[in-house]
Amino acid sequence: MSLKIVVLAKQVPDTRNVGKDAMTAEGTVNRAALPAIFNPEDLNALEQALRLKEQHPGSTVGVLTMGPPRAGEIIRQGLYRGADTGWLLTDRLFAGADTLATSYALATAIQKIGDVDIVIGGRQAIDGDTAQVGPQVAQKLGLNQVTYAEEVLSVKDGKATIKRVIDGGVETVEAPLPVVITVNGSAAPCRPQNAKLVMKYKRATCPMERPAEGTPYDYLYEERPYLTLNQWSVADVDGDPNQCGLAGSPTKVKAVKNIVFQAKESKTLTASDADVEGMIKELLDEKIIG
Amino acid sequence: MNYYSDHPEIGFYLNHPLMARIVELKEKGFADAKEYSASLSSAAANNAPASPLSFRRGVGGEAAPVDLGDAIENYRQILDITGDVAANIIAPNSESVDLEGPHLENGRMIYASKTFENIDATRKAGLWGVSMPRRYGGLNLPNVVFSMLSEVISAADAGFQNIWSLQSCIDTLYEFGSEEQRQKYIPRICAGETMSMDLTEPDAGSDLQRVMLKATYSEEEGCWLLNGVKRFITNGDSDIHLVLARSEEGTTDGRGLSMFIYDKRQGGVNVRHIEHKLGIHGSPTCELTYKNARAELCGSTRLGLIKYVMSLMNGARLGIAAQSVGLSQEAYNEGLAYARERAQFGQKIIGFPAVYDMLSRMKAKLDAGRSLLYQTAAYVDIYKALEDIERDRKLTPEEKQELKKYQRLADAFTPLAKGMNSEYANQNAYDAISIHGGSGFIMEYKCQRLYRDARIFSIYEGTTQLQVVAAIRYIINGTMLQNIKDLAGSLCCDGVEAPLAAPSASISASSSASLAALKARVEALIPVYEEALATVKALENQEAIDFLSRRLYDMTAEIVMSLLIIRDAAQAPDLFEKSAVVYVGMAEEDVLGKAAYIKNFQPASLANFRAE
Repeated sequence: MSLKIVVLAKQVPDTRNVGKDAMTAEGTVNRAALPAIFNPEDLNALEQALRLKEQHPGSTVGVLTMGPPRAGEIIRQGLYRGADTGWLLTDRLFAGADTLATSYALATAIQKIGDVDIVIGGRQAIDGDTAQVGPQVAQKLGLNQVTYAEEVLSVKDGKATIKRVIDGGVETVEAPLPVVITVNGSAAPCRPQNAKLVMKYKRATCPMERPAEGTPYDYLYEERPYLTLNQWSVADVDGDPNQCGLAGSPTKVKAVKNIVFQAKESKTLTASDADVEGMIKELLDEKIIG
Repeated sequence: MNYYSDHPEIGFYLNHPLMARIVELKEKGFADAKEYSASLSSAAANNAPASPLSFRRGVGGEAAPVDLGDAIENYRQILDITGDVAANIIAPNSESVDLEGPHLENGRMIYASKTFENIDATRKAGLWGVSMPRRYGGLNLPNVVFSMLSEVISAADAGFQNIWSLQSCIDTLYEFGSEEQRQKYIPRICAGETMSMDLTEPDAGSDLQRVMLKATYSEEEGCWLLNGVKRFITNGDSDIHLVLARSEEGTTDGRGLSMFIYDKRQGGVNVRHIEHKLGIHGSPTCELTYKNARAELCGSTRLGLIKYVMSLMNGARLGIAAQSVGLSQEAYNEGLAYARERAQFGQKIIGFPAVYDMLSRMKAKLDAGRSLLYQTAAYVDIYKALEDIERDRKLTPEEKQELKKYQRLADAFTPLAKGMNSEYANQNAYDAISIHGGSGFIMEYKCQRLYRDARIFSIYEGTTQLQVVAAIRYIINGTMLQNIKDLAGSLCCDGVEAPLAAPSASISASSSASLAALKARVEALIPVYEEALATVKALENQEAIDFLSRRLYDMTAEIVMSLLIIRDAAQAPDLFEKSAVVYVGMAEEDVLGKAAYIKNFQPASLANFRAE
């Protein structure tokens, strides 16, 4: 069977390579100082989607992302690796979204796309680390969800068989389609970009980012429709503005503080009976064991 | 980490003065993009959905560049992808591949397990058949860019670079095979099938005229059948082989040899043995037995060695030059990183003159050798692209002249680029170990692998001694002297070559003054070289000329590279000025020493050298 697969992907600041200017004086992330990258676990998810596409001829993979116009880069990155299409949700009304408003926006977009068999994304993004968006999207769409997936083993007879990571091992589960899957970072890494696809799509942009008329290569956009990426506003996905962006986000940040640990994090014990006994007692008192 | 973008010295050569001409010729006036556009608008006019399949020459038109800037941008993107695959997949696999190596199973060669990962990654990245025209599924890359890809992959794992770069055998099939053979085989290489060139045999190594593998035409089967043994075949269990075999019964020299295409799907060739080698463990070196292996003739009979293998070897030699430059870079990186980290006598060892002297020479050899590589690749590109145009239409008299000029330059420069860079790679690998001290002798450090891997570079595809033989006639007959004079003349007084690309604005007055002084020093070497040349010729003693030819070869190459690196430093002083200063000093040291040797040489003293 051919599958319609939507990959949820997010453009994030590269928090893995944090320099000293990564934070502003106010304690927020200095996005200008950190390169914007494809969220790593979303790349794992994209790889699973592309493998399914290879196994099921006729399948399509589309990348769905939300962000400012420059986040179109995420869709290009997907196209470079073999995705067929993408959608950029971009609108001032989407801005300032917490996980609830984000999942609302993504869910409405998925409804708009329609007839989706598999929604697949990374377990969590490296900037927020919440791991809430995937499950919330499933909830809003009323779909089954499988989290912490490591590999989609097979899809047949309307069911997906998925290996997922659990404490101390893995388990294999089955879920009827349509299903929402979030992928763990231990899954197979994403394939490299493909030279031919990069050449084909390197100028693909959403309409808001298209180079002005009169600049080099402007004529290509008329001639080659695949260079124009789908760009959707709140209205385009028939969204309720009150559930989007800041308006739809119950999370309110009261203050951001730098945490400096006061207590020493470690204690040195000797092998004496007294020290060992003391440690057992302390662990029992702290309810860490027992 | 990215093995391409981390070293801006590589991408610099995309601004080579000949690059605009190369792209113009290679893209044939950007015909693919124009044809694709036309197919789109005609599809629109017919109200049919625009499909890439309506591109008459097959898929790929959408990836074709529309102008020079677009082409260069494509090259950069491909290099960036390759640099990423090299740094993040191939390099991390290299140690495991080196330790595991390939093995033999029921007459088949099985790669080291991580080699399969490397092949898969390069396939997914679309890095196969890259030099082929788009109508067969290729990327139509010029040799300059192919050499850059080779270099980047070699820096990650020189053994894997062999497997990958043998795809360039397809150039020979494209040039000399029939259209039917092109359509049958090229798309398979573009999809990632591998190649090998089956030339050498137990009794035919450097001397390929002695090849005995027998090709007989079978009327019954309607095809050629190959029988015999090949030895030392790199990637010998590949999907598609080009085989040199004796088709003319009763002949004993090169004129009885023809080139054949053997498709592994046909069967009939087995691997009898895989060699245990000092280095490049990931690259399987096979002994093959042919038993009635069905094969197709490529081109005409009798031209196998004298025409096709010569073409194949020239391409392969440039491939080894690129492989050498990649390893030189990696050896330099390893040496530099260790010297920065390691402290002795209370300071980092990079601060000691004995250590930074070594490092600066490594970098100078790397940079000068790389410049020679891309100069040569550019010459190859122009004449090959003109030859390709000639397959479609008659060349104008000017184009014919241009073709001849660049073919001659390519022929003269290729043995210099291969020989010098392969020697430099060995020297850099040696010095990388020296900088590591005792640690460099321990198997845990990468520099020991580089040292082992480099050793074959100055041996296969023609030893350095044979590169000297290939180059010497252009040296003795004065062609190279003229090339040197032309090159020196093309640099303006401040060292800047009459530029196609504008020189970078960052050239300071002091930098161009010092480059002018450097250039004057190199120019002072030219009469010394000319005199040495005259001295050798005046000996009129072939043995003495052969004996001294390596010295003339080195002097020629060093003067050429001095001029090239000064040209590059004028364009990009930040990247190359230090190396220009260091390299010219080295060239003086060597050229003057060799001139003295030649001046004082007496043919009668050869008796002192003969081993017996």
